[in-house]
Amino acid sequence: MERFAALYQRLDRTTATSEKQAAIADYLGQADPASASWAVWLLCGGRLRGLVRSGELRSWVATASGTPDWLVEESYSHVGDLAETCTLLLPEPDSEPPMRSLTVWIEQHLLPLKGAEEEPRREAVISAWWALPYAQRLVYTKLLTGALRVGVAQGLVQRVLAQMSGLPVATIAQRLLGDWTPSAEFHAALLSIAPQRGDRAQPYPFFLASPLEKAPDQLGAIDDWQLEWKWDGIRLQLIRRDGELALWSRGEERLDGRFPEIEQAAAELPDGCVIDGELLAWRAGEALPLPFSVLQTRIQRRKPGAKSLREAPLRLLAYDLLEIDGRDLREQPLAQRREQLGDLLQVQDESALALSPLVAADSWAAAAELRSEARNRGVEGLMLKRRSSPYRSGRRRGDWWKWKIEPLSIDAVLIYAQAGHGRRSNLYTDYTFAVWQDEALVPVAKAYSGLSDAEIGRLDRWIRAHTIERFGPVHSVQPLQVFELAFEGVNRSPRHKSGIALRFPRIARWREDKVAAEADVLATLAALAR
Amino acid sequence: MSQELIIQRPEGLYCPQGDFHIDPLRPVPRAVITHGHSDHARAGMGVYHALGDGAEILRWRLGEDIALSEHHAGQGFDLGPVRVSLHPAGHVLGSAQVRVAHGDQVWVASGDYKRQPDPTCAPFEVVPCDVLVTETTFALPVYRWPQTADVAAQILDWQAECGRRGVAAVLLCYALGKAQRLLAELGRLGAKKLWLHGAIQAGVDAYDRAGVALPETRAVKDIEKGEDSAGALVLAPPSAAGSPWLKRFRGAQLGFASGWMQIRGNRRRRGYERGFVVSDHADWPGLLQSIEDCGARRIIATHGDSAALIRLLRECGLQAETFADLRDGA
Repeated sequence: MERFAALYQRLDRTTATSEKQAAIADYLGQADPASASWAVWLLCGGRLRGLVRSGELRSWVATASGTPDWLVEESYSHVGDLAETCTLLLPEPDSEPPMRSLTVWIEQHLLPLKGAEEEPRREAVISAWWALPYAQRLVYTKLLTGALRVGVAQGLVQRVLAQMSGLPVATIAQRLLGDWTPSAEFHAALLSIAPQRGDRAQPYPFFLASPLEKAPDQLGAIDDWQLEWKWDGIRLQLIRRDGELALWSRGEERLDGRFPEIEQAAAELPDGCVIDGELLAWRAGEALPLPFSVLQTRIQRRKPGAKSLREAPLRLLAYDLLEIDGRDLREQPLAQRREQLGDLLQVQDESALALSPLVAADSWAAAAELRSEARNRGVEGLMLKRRSSPYRSGRRRGDWWKWKIEPLSIDAVLIYAQAGHGRRSNLYTDYTFAVWQDEALVPVAKAYSGLSDAEIGRLDRWIRAHTIERFGPVHSVQPLQVFELAFEGVNRSPRHKSGIALRFPRIARWREDKVAAEADVLATLAALAR
Repeated sequence: MSQELIIQRPEGLYCPQGDFHIDPLRPVPRAVITHGHSDHARAGMGVYHALGDGAEILRWRLGEDIALSEHHAGQGFDLGPVRVSLHPAGHVLGSAQVRVAHGDQVWVASGDYKRQPDPTCAPFEVVPCDVLVTETTFALPVYRWPQTADVAAQILDWQAECGRRGVAAVLLCYALGKAQRLLAELGRLGAKKLWLHGAIQAGVDAYDRAGVALPETRAVKDIEKGEDSAGALVLAPPSAAGSPWLKRFRGAQLGFASGWMQIRGNRRRRGYERGFVVSDHADWPGLLQSIEDCGARRIIATHGDSAALIRLLRECGLQAETFADLRDGA
């Protein structure tokens, strides 16, 4: 644990990729295989769930440190990180900390907390707090809360493991996908150069497109590019192997069982085939897909009922074929893969498994024209894929671009602010914005990004000086500052007071030239809602 | 209601009975100065009353020609009908708490203070009083300072690590007080290759004139451009971060020594590689200890977010408020 805490500290202190890579390699080189396995799992975003509730931690740390509950809350809102707050509220221990490996801490101390009575859990946590010095206590508490964010890209961990094992990064990435339980055996198998049984049941790492930030004509001749609509759904990999079917989201979550209509259609596929595509909610006979918010109702539902299946039927639009007859096609050029995909599926029929159509444009100008109509087609823009490109892994720039339509925008008034977390703790960076409905301001969006550090600092000072009221961590501020918000669309939402929800709202500009009365009205947004 | 001996005015804290200000923001005839930091000691006052220990600092900051009335610690002097005395605050060299006695009342304005030992200045003195006007820069229980010697050892480890990487370790710290305290602590551990930014050098010179012993250092401006900076510990003011001056230490790591570094987010947001928790202000236990020690039944908080401390003191049965509460009649 001491070494793992040191690794955490080393990662926390640097933004340099090479330094992070060296720190991880050093740790994995010395750790026992089980601890190394746990460390890899944690670095890849693994979280121990359901050990303690945040409310319990607050009350326990209040008891342990003799701090009133309200003062724990004040401290938390100041620090912006619960694990760090707990760590800071207790003094350093006088005695030497126990020497236990990361594995022992996790398997013998943390995991048994799950489902135990409150009393023994509280005693276990408080005694660990008293025993561990600051750096270890922080990591321990972060493991408890599940939020050990280390700022390490998965690709970086994969590169370290590839170097250690001599395996290609793609193999490592594939073995790390999905749900796995860390252990010495898993670690040995992960690094083994012999082919592993599980290698076949796993999805391929997704290849991600990058946003196009230059003019498309700089990409060269349009003939070298395949154009598709950029669907507003969720990315899905469909794997049909050994008589089984698996559906994987880009978040590496297995979604089998949730989408029976897709599974039914996929049963027709030949064995040994992997398809990459976009899942959309789309009713038969309609020209446009349903908005993302409708799709969302299906993603959250593990066993959809008849009503849900009827109101939000799903369709998988396939755009790539990664494997056929058990052969890995990823090194083949896109054009060839697409041809084979076309042999397998029909374009745009009403089936739950259909081919995503190609968009024909003989010049970039024509493509731009089509892109400008994207909103009317219920899509987010165009995808530009190089016809000769292999199916790479991760977000590698150059071959796949997403060319999205310009965002919509409104002017809205800042009404609430809350302190951020992590790097932004102690700074008011989580903002709520409102627009006018008659004489009142109605909240329509929360936004966290888009301001420069200097603007954040200036706005933070302004918020502190213009707070009207505090509701716990939330400050209501004088409704004076106007911001231009960019967003991708408007959904109707009965859950919100305004009746609408903005998609991907973010701050485009601080409009210091405008006064609150000049902000937009709710009716403008309501007219855009679908 | 008893008479208020210290009130807040636009030009700063003011004693109406004695007609003098404490650390005024604007020019006034009579100023009692708690210490030499620029937000406390400003130009343009008729007469400056301060501890003699800090005279060199005030002259460095405000000029040789200020009308400075130097006082010994604990020795009273009269301003009108009010008896005033200055007592060490342990913040930086020459820092003082201001004791104001009139009638049967004693008020103390703490100025900035700390309870940790500091080899470069006299330690905080407990001054019994009825009303304490206290700073509250770090008034939350998440602020409790580690031992300074431990932090100094961490800094040396970091310097050595930078040396192994072939780069300099640039430590940002305030030029007056923090830098000299760090140097003294580092000197005790035998630190070598200590280089100083010009602003820090000026502070070190003032301490030197005041007779405070500090380890051997070199001014960066006297160092040849070609000389290897690997493993040097370079002290610089926070304003040096991102400045062209920093460019000469290619690849250097940046650290910041401040109480604010207790919170990870503060360090990460500013992009420093290392944060060292060293403060010249009282931490939470230090604030509570000082309030308890002086025996005051009434506490007025200034400087910083004091809401939590005030609430806690009220729960403990003390009268606690800010000058803003008093002004608003709350």
